[in-house]
Amino acid sequence: MASPAKPGFFKRYLPHPLLTLTLTVVWMLLLNSLSWGGLVVGLVLGILIPILSSHFWPDRPRLKSLHKFISYALVVMWDIVVANIQVAYLILFRRADKLRSCWISVPLDLKSPEAITLLAGTVTMTPGTVSSDLSADGRALLVHCLDAPDPAAAVAHIKTRYEARLKEIFE
Amino acid sequence: MDKIFFAELLVSVLIVAGGIFSLVGSFGLIKLKDLMTRLHAPTKATTLGVGSTLLASMVYFLVFESKISMHEILILLFLFLTAPITAHFVAKAYLLRHTDPQKDLPQTQRPHGWSTFDAPPASPTKPPSPKADG
Repeated sequence: MASPAKPGFFKRYLPHPLLTLTLTVVWMLLLNSLSWGGLVVGLVLGILIPILSSHFWPDRPRLKSLHKFISYALVVMWDIVVANIQVAYLILFRRADKLRSCWISVPLDLKSPEAITLLAGTVTMTPGTVSSDLSADGRALLVHCLDAPDPAAAVAHIKTRYEARLKEIFE
Repeated sequence: MDKIFFAELLVSVLIVAGGIFSLVGSFGLIKLKDLMTRLHAPTKATTLGVGSTLLASMVYFLVFESKISMHEILILLFLFLTAPITAHFVAKAYLLRHTDPQKDLPQTQRPHGWSTFDAPPASPTKPPSPKADG
């Protein structure tokens, strides 16, 4: 996944193989059909765009393991389904003034901006939490909980379930 | 009791579930009492609403038109990119207009406050720039 060790050719013409793959796949999805012509145009775009835009990402993040990233995505998908059902239940059957909503501050061990972005996005999409703000030095996340009887447990849940996995993937 | 029947059943169940979740999400906007709790309704309940409707569409085209439709995946991807960012900006606007960082919010447990109120450190070792890339 990371660029192969041979510097010259790959560095110059394929600086970001994963982006190339993503762009080609998105192009094929947009076409909504499998054809060789579409694949060729997709590959041309997938090779040209990373070369042209390579100056915009000098310190691009490296995924440590695609396998872990996919398992993280599956965990998040499952949690989104559970979150939807939980929130729907809270909306329908809990009186609005009985909701114990609160702010929590989650200290971050993650340092890479991309990993923090992914964590904030995950927090927003999953059970009863919305990420609202970041501390000025980027080392703590302000999260609003819809219904959290125990704020400390909510912090621990975010840190163990999502942040630990992201740390393995990015750092 | 054949394949078509089960496909029809699956598509119907998915569409009805999608409709129910979208309805509950919208109902939450009316029922919940302040902006921050209301923000939870559209970011959660509608995601599954749109998701299962899109899944129904994929199943329909696969079984009844026998072609694989992939646009739905792009729609879902776009939704997953935009929903958290919209929610984040709405929350930041709310923080700025309606909360007092000393009274209402938990402390950052860092030398710096929340970024909506405090400037970033003067010489950052690594500039925090979340939400900059989708």
